[in-house]
Amino acid sequence: MIKAVMVMNTQGKTRLAKFYEYLPVEKQQELIRGVFAVLCSRAENVSNFIDAESIFGPDSRLVYKHFATLYFVFVFDSSENELAVLDLIQVFVETLDRCFKNVCELDVVFNYSKVHTILDEMIFGGQVVETSSSEIMKAVEEISKLEAASNAITLIPKSASGWRSR
Amino acid sequence: MGSQGGFYQSKEFLDLVKSIGEARSKAEEDRIVLGEIDTLKRRISEPDIPKRKMKEYIIRLVYVEMLGHDASFGYIHAVKMTHDDSLLVKRTGYLAVTLFLNEDHDLIILIVNTIQKDLKSDNYLVVCAALNAVCKLINEETIPAVLPQVVELLAHPKEAVRKKAIMALHRFYQKSPSSVSHLVSNFRKRLCDNDPGVMGATLCPLFDLITIDVNSYKDLVISFVSILKQVAERRLPKAYDYHQMPAPFIQIKLLKILALLGSGDKQASENMYTVVGDIFRKCDSSSNIGNAVLYECICCVSSIYPNPKLLESAADAISRFLKSDSHNLKYMGIDALGRLIKISPEIAEQHQLAVIDCLEDPDDTLKRKTFELLYKMTKSTNVEVIVDRMIDYMISINDNHFKTEIASRCVELAEQFAPSNQWFIQTMNKVFEHAGDLVNIKVAHNLMRLIAEGFGEDDDTADSQLRSSAVDSYLHILGEPKLPSVFLQVICWVLGEYGTADGKYSASFITGKLCDVAEAYSNDETVKAYAVTALMKIYAFEIAAGSKVDMLPECQSLMEEFLASHSTDLQQRAYELQAVIGLDAHAVESIMPSDASCEDIEVDKALSFLNGYIQDSIEKGAQPYIPESERSGMLNISKFRNQDHHEASSHGLRFEAYELPKQTVQSRIPPASLASTELVPVPEPMYARESYPTTTVSSASSDAGSTELKLRLDGVQKKWGRQTHSPATSTSSTTSQKTVNGITQVDGSNTSNSRTRETYESRKQQVEITPEKQKLAASLFGGSSKTEKKPATGHKISKSSSYMVEKSHVPKSSMEIASEKKAPIQQPPDLLDFGEPTIQSNAPSIDPFKELEGLLEPTTEVASAKNHSSTAAATKSPDIMGLYTDTPAGIHNKDDSDILSGLSNPPVTHMLDGTTRTQVAQSSKGPNLKDSLQKDALVRQMGVTPSSPNPILFKDLLG
Repeated sequence: MIKAVMVMNTQGKTRLAKFYEYLPVEKQQELIRGVFAVLCSRAENVSNFIDAESIFGPDSRLVYKHFATLYFVFVFDSSENELAVLDLIQVFVETLDRCFKNVCELDVVFNYSKVHTILDEMIFGGQVVETSSSEIMKAVEEISKLEAASNAITLIPKSASGWRSR
Repeated sequence: MGSQGGFYQSKEFLDLVKSIGEARSKAEEDRIVLGEIDTLKRRISEPDIPKRKMKEYIIRLVYVEMLGHDASFGYIHAVKMTHDDSLLVKRTGYLAVTLFLNEDHDLIILIVNTIQKDLKSDNYLVVCAALNAVCKLINEETIPAVLPQVVELLAHPKEAVRKKAIMALHRFYQKSPSSVSHLVSNFRKRLCDNDPGVMGATLCPLFDLITIDVNSYKDLVISFVSILKQVAERRLPKAYDYHQMPAPFIQIKLLKILALLGSGDKQASENMYTVVGDIFRKCDSSSNIGNAVLYECICCVSSIYPNPKLLESAADAISRFLKSDSHNLKYMGIDALGRLIKISPEIAEQHQLAVIDCLEDPDDTLKRKTFELLYKMTKSTNVEVIVDRMIDYMISINDNHFKTEIASRCVELAEQFAPSNQWFIQTMNKVFEHAGDLVNIKVAHNLMRLIAEGFGEDDDTADSQLRSSAVDSYLHILGEPKLPSVFLQVICWVLGEYGTADGKYSASFITGKLCDVAEAYSNDETVKAYAVTALMKIYAFEIAAGSKVDMLPECQSLMEEFLASHSTDLQQRAYELQAVIGLDAHAVESIMPSDASCEDIEVDKALSFLNGYIQDSIEKGAQPYIPESERSGMLNISKFRNQDHHEASSHGLRFEAYELPKQTVQSRIPPASLASTELVPVPEPMYARESYPTTTVSSASSDAGSTELKLRLDGVQKKWGRQTHSPATSTSSTTSQKTVNGITQVDGSNTSNSRTRETYESRKQQVEITPEKQKLAASLFGGSSKTEKKPATGHKISKSSSYMVEKSHVPKSSMEIASEKKAPIQQPPDLLDFGEPTIQSNAPSIDPFKELEGLLEPTTEVASAKNHSSTAAATKSPDIMGLYTDTPAGIHNKDDSDILSGLSNPPVTHMLDGTTRTQVAQSSKGPNLKDSLQKDALVRQMGVTPSSPNPILFKDLLG
């Protein structure tokens, strides 16, 4: 099962953190800091895997991928396959990219809830439920459409409708 | 979507994010966030906030909390938002509560009702949002409240809802299996769902269920295989293709499930061979995801009943991984190799170079993984190289977690495969020095026991040489500043026991050193206690030898300090020392005979020495002892059993008596050693020797000779020494006790208390390690694990006699030696019990690998040959011979040249070097001097000279 998903930038600022088992805020911060410390010390051209047992306890692995200014980090246990999780990150990022068109760090920051929606479509309660980027997109689009429709006040502004029209 | 104006959050939020992004320090960031919290606190409690504003506040709260600040003041508002009618607001509310709250939070009660309502909603998005919250926020008590709705949703027309309902049910199962046990069949049903997404999601819970209970899902093998086949044949919608692979994630999950189902099940595995083979062929090894599937195939192949063709494909895939430039693939290759060597150990050989490359890679992850692999493939032939490498690495890292892990692995390997005791001591010294207090205390105890017991052969010179060299090395190491406590304890103990044994050092020199230790580490009471006891031993030996004892002035002052110590333990020890010094030579000798820490101590379980006393008491009118079975309402207070037996019987209390031997040990001992050992597991022969026979220490009572208490120690793990491996490895019953006593070698070197502890520890250790070790050993070396575990006799005898012809003799000679020693050396039946109840069937099935292995490594071969003969019988050797068409001697030369041809690469050289060294060391250890000389000559003749850094060891032992 997947234990946590984190997105942080190269300066160590958290951009997204989702833990699939409840942890108190302080503990979450500690873990995020721990992860960042390890990520920083990684040279280039090394593997994307880190043995995370010293941070997350027994039976935990960590896979990260570095995109521009962001690190995408997935923490999971032995029931997942490292390479596959690496591709899961790829699916996640591809989906974000399709959703935001050339996704950048700020998209993740400002569309916080949308990123969560995408993630929720992919990973549910720590299990990977959907791995098809287009299926995820379909679901997310539908959610946005219905959200927009169900709201008297138009809360989905240009930005969100922007990508739909494109 | 470029410009920031396009984002729908307000300017404020945008500014917040910006300023946090620009913050130079954590303190600055904290200040900004705290300011934001103040603003939010104020705004959020204002009346009549528009929904849209409120939503933004909540998102900002989530953001603040993500940055690590407390946002609990806003939780209630998030909860309120979930009640909202607007979908967007409701979803935001649910998002916030799932991030904020945990299942036991007080506010949950306010949400359950909403969730119940929302699960019934017509809008499937509301249902999805609610299911999301269900996953995160429903605990065991609230499951029944939502369970019916969730089950209903399993048949929802929308696949997104079905999918999530399945996962919610899975979550319930994880949290409280009993609450949904009647619904488990739903997972099976959903496997046939029309939607591949739902089917794929269903694999997650099924995987978990199958992990827990394989057998009830065997019937699904066919279904899984056919699903996998369809997936691999691209029958799923195109949308599931990923980088030209058909639904790779589903394939991976299915392969994982098949690996579980086919493990050890030939019939089930046979169904899988075709499809797994197909996937091997179809996998596109150029893409990352293709390799992920390939890797999963390898895992599957190495888990199911072996199939030669598939193993071959797996080996191919592994070599592709290892040859790749990508670190990720190398990592996966190393991992896969670790899995595959369990079934076909020979494949490791062809990848030696790749493995060594990975070991030297700058990538830490890869390095660690490789050490894990090495750890898995360690055998007696390569243990020195591997452990040396591990120690070097251990010294180079700072991470305590990994240091501990590696240290414990070093220790484990060294204990298991040590080619010589001397090497073991040196290795332990290094581990202690560098990993210090990260090492488990029981390791120290094992080391002390090793030094005390020596080789376990009747070769006292070698033993004493070992001890002298240990003493030398410790005296040398004592010069270093800041040694770890555990190590100091070992040093003190060894110096006390053997410091003056060889006459090289005077008593005053050793005592001076011990006093130095006690002073230098005055904060460490355990070390001080060890030091005092060591002093006592030294003085006792002196007195017993008839020489006059002069206490050093610094020692005297130390004693004065300890006599007034706050620690009762230290005080007691100091008083005891005083008392011992005041006694005459004869008394001292019987209290503290020199080098008797390994003497057998017989424990009279029946306490027959008390018979007379009991008789007297009964005659005087005391109540007789009533056996447990005849009592009712017994006082289950084990503490009482600490009291002396006579006391107990005269009171006529009802005790829970003697059914568990380990308790007996524990309970009987404390009164003997009194308070002195409360905290400190200090080994002292004095207690040991005295306390067992007499039951009271300080009084030094005189009935020592008449008693025959027998201490039961059959749980004690014994790694060295005479191979008196106690048959009862489990926490066995009293029945096995009798046989045990005869052969169990008691290490009388510890205090009674520490021994008890050690008994437990080693027992625990045994329980912990054995399954793993056994599995490892069984798969790597087949039956050989048994002998390899006991280097004491195992290797020494046969090790480097590389002629095949000798094989049949070798085991015999070892048998002879064994029988001479009258210990049930060879095949203690219990060892076989560990993992493989049927050796007979097992050994042959593993043989081929070992034989192949032997081709590459001369030493193992002989060792393994020996094992065959000891396990399966001598009939095996013709088999082995049959495999080689060459003459036996010829084979060996050939092997060596093979290895030598690999010498061009430095790492390999190193490896080889290690092997040779092992050989030499081992050969030198033979009990028969002539034999070992001969073997040594042979080794040299084969062109491998011991260029190793420690030929001294070898010289030493040969004398």
